Amino acid sequence: MSVAAAADRPGTAATAARFSPRWIADRLSKGVIHVVVISLTVAWIVPTVGLLVTSFRPFAAITSSGWWTALAPQFTFTLENYTKVLSSTNLGASFFNSFMISIPATVIPIAIAAFAAYAFAWMKFPLRDWIFLGIVGVLAIPLQLSFVPVLSFFVAHGITSSNLQPYGLQFLPVWLAHTGYGLPFSIYLLANFFRALPSELFESAEIDGAGTLTVFFRIVLPLSVPALASLVIFQFLWIWNDLLVALIYVGGAPEVAPLTVTIANLTNSLGQGYQLLTAAAFFSMFVPLIVFLSLQRYFVRGILAGSVKG
Amino acid sequence: MASVTFDHVVKRYTADVTVVKDFNVEIKDKEFMVLVGPSGCGKSTALRMLAGLETITEGEIRIGERKVNDVAAKDRDIAMVFQSYALYPHMSVYDNMAFPLQMKKTPKAEIDKRVKNASRILGLDNFLQRKPRALSGGQRQRVALGRAIVRNPQVFLLDEPLSNLDAKLRGQTRIELQKLHRDLETTFIYVTHDQVEAMTMGDRIALMYDGVLQQVGTPGDIYDHPANLFVAGFIGSPTMNFVPVITSNGSAKAGSFQVTLPKPVGEKKGTLGFRPEALTDRVVDGGNTLSMRVDVVERLGSDQYLYGQVGEDQVTARVDPRMQVAVGDQVKLGLDTRSLHLFDGETEKALL
Repeated sequence: MSVAAAADRPGTAATAARFSPRWIADRLSKGVIHVVVISLTVAWIVPTVGLLVTSFRPFAAITSSGWWTALAPQFTFTLENYTKVLSSTNLGASFFNSFMISIPATVIPIAIAAFAAYAFAWMKFPLRDWIFLGIVGVLAIPLQLSFVPVLSFFVAHGITSSNLQPYGLQFLPVWLAHTGYGLPFSIYLLANFFRALPSELFESAEIDGAGTLTVFFRIVLPLSVPALASLVIFQFLWIWNDLLVALIYVGGAPEVAPLTVTIANLTNSLGQGYQLLTAAAFFSMFVPLIVFLSLQRYFVRGILAGSVKG
Repeated sequence: MASVTFDHVVKRYTADVTVVKDFNVEIKDKEFMVLVGPSGCGKSTALRMLAGLETITEGEIRIGERKVNDVAAKDRDIAMVFQSYALYPHMSVYDNMAFPLQMKKTPKAEIDKRVKNASRILGLDNFLQRKPRALSGGQRQRVALGRAIVRNPQVFLLDEPLSNLDAKLRGQTRIELQKLHRDLETTFIYVTHDQVEAMTMGDRIALMYDGVLQQVGTPGDIYDHPANLFVAGFIGSPTMNFVPVITSNGSAKAGSFQVTLPKPVGEKKGTLGFRPEALTDRVVDGGNTLSMRVDVVERLGSDQYLYGQVGEDQVTARVDPRMQVAVGDQVKLGLDTRSLHLFDGETEKALL
C-alpha cells in the first residue's frame, strides 16, 4: 500500500504540465512548506549556534560584544575555553560519574518496566486495570514532592552515598531514585506498545509450546525494539541532563558529582567563569548526540509487517 | 492420528451470553471436517476450545480417547493455522517453522529435516531465509501451514485460512489443501463462513447457527436433504427459493400455484423450498408448473439465471442457457417433484 502511494505522488506531479495553474500551485505550496520548515529549523538552531560560537571566543570578546559579531572578519577564535575546562577542573571524573549514574539508571527501570508492562498487557490477574491506573496516576505527581520523604527514608535506612561508598555502591541512591521516577512512564509506554501486538501471535506461540518467558524474550522483546530504543533515549537524556535529582541523592562532592553538577559549579555565584560554561556544555552534549544517533536506526518502521493479514 | 469428540460442549461467557450450546459432534480419524456457519455462530469458538485457547464451560472434548478439557494447548498435539497467519515477523521462514520444534527441544538435525521436508511439500525451498514481510499473501499462508506440518500433529485446526487471499489464489489453495490432507493422512478441522469452501473441501460438514449445531453430514447430504429452513437457505448458490404454502394431504398450495408433494404431510402451514435448478423449461403434462414474470436475466455462459415473480413470491430459476427469455416475459417452468423441500411453519424442520 505505502509503496504504491509513494509511487503515485511523483507521478501525479509529473502529469501537471509546466507553467499550468496546477504546476504553479504545486510549486508554490512546496515553496511555502520549505520556507516554513527552514525558518523553524533556523529559529530552533540559533541559540545552539550562538553557544557554539561563544565557546570559541576569548572572554574579553564575549563580555564586550554579541556572538554574531565574531562571524565577521577578523576572526579571533580560540580553544582557550576548552583547554581551561578540560585541564583545570575534574571534568574527566565527572564524565565517568555521569556514565556510572546514567547507564544503570537507564537499564534498571526499563528492564523492570518491560516485565511489568508485559504483565499488564497480556496476563490476567486480579485488579490489573486498577493497579495500572494507579501507576499511570503517579505520572501526575511532580517528582520534587518526593524528595523529602524519599530522602529521609534513605537516610533512616542508611541508603546514602557516603554509607555505600566502601562497597562501591555510592550511586545506588540515585539509581533507585531514577528507577522510581522513570518506571511509571516506561510502564505506560511499553504496556501500550505491547497491547498493540496482535493477539494471534501470542495464541500461536501458546500452541507452539512457548511459555510466558519464552514469549517475552523471543517474541515480545524483539518486536518492541523501536519502543525500547525510544524509551532508552528518553530516559538516558533525562538522566544525563539531570542536575536536581543527582544533587539531592548523591550530593556535590567531586568524587561522586556528575557532569551537570560540576558544570554548574564552574560559574560562581557572581557569574564569573561563564565562558567556561559554554565549552563545558558542548563537551557534555556529545554523549546524548552519540546515544541518539546510534539508536536512531532501531526506529524501524513497519516492524510487524508480514505477521498478520495478507 | 486421532478422532475428535465434542460431547455436550457449552461455552458461556456470562449467564446470558452463550455462544456454543450443547455441541455434539464426532470427527472421525483422518476426516476433513468443515465447521461452517455465518459469522458469530460459534464455530470459531468451538475450534478455539478444541485448540485450548478458550476454556470449556460445560461438557467434554476428547482427542482420541483422551479428555483434553484441562490439558494445556501445547500438550494437545494439535496445530492451528490462523486466519491472519500469525507469523513471527522478526524470524525467517525457516525459524518460523522451526519455532514449535525448538520449543519441544527437538534435536537440531531433526528440526532441519522436518523443516526441509515441509518446505519441499509447500514449495517454500527458495524462501527459507526470507522474513515474512518479503513474502506474498499466498506464501505467508503456506508458511503458516508449514509451521503446522512440521509438528506432525494428530489434528490440524484451520480457522478461515483462505479468507485473506484473493479469489484466484483461494481457489488454488483450496485444491492444495485437499491434496495436503490426502498426503498427510491426518484429521483436519476447518472453520469457514464460505459455503463453497465447505461444499468443495469437506468430507463432512457441520453447520452451525446461533451457537447450535444444525446438521452434520456429507456435502451431498446437506445439499439434498437439509434438515431445516436455515440449512436449506445457507447452502447453495443462488439460494433456495422459499414460498409460503398451506398443505393438505398430498399437495401444497401457494399464492398462485399448487404442487403435488411426493408424500402426504397432513394439513398445516409451511414453507415450500426448491432450488433454482429444480425449475426447467421442459413443462410436462400433469407435472407441477408455475408461471413466472421475468425481472432480470443473467447469462453466465454455462448457465442462465432468471429472477422474477411467481404471484407474490420472488423466485430464482437456473435454466438451460439456450432458452430464449427477455425481461418482462411470462414463462412457464416445470418443477421437479423429487427436488421439493417442505419445512414446518413453526419448527422450520424438514417435513419431506
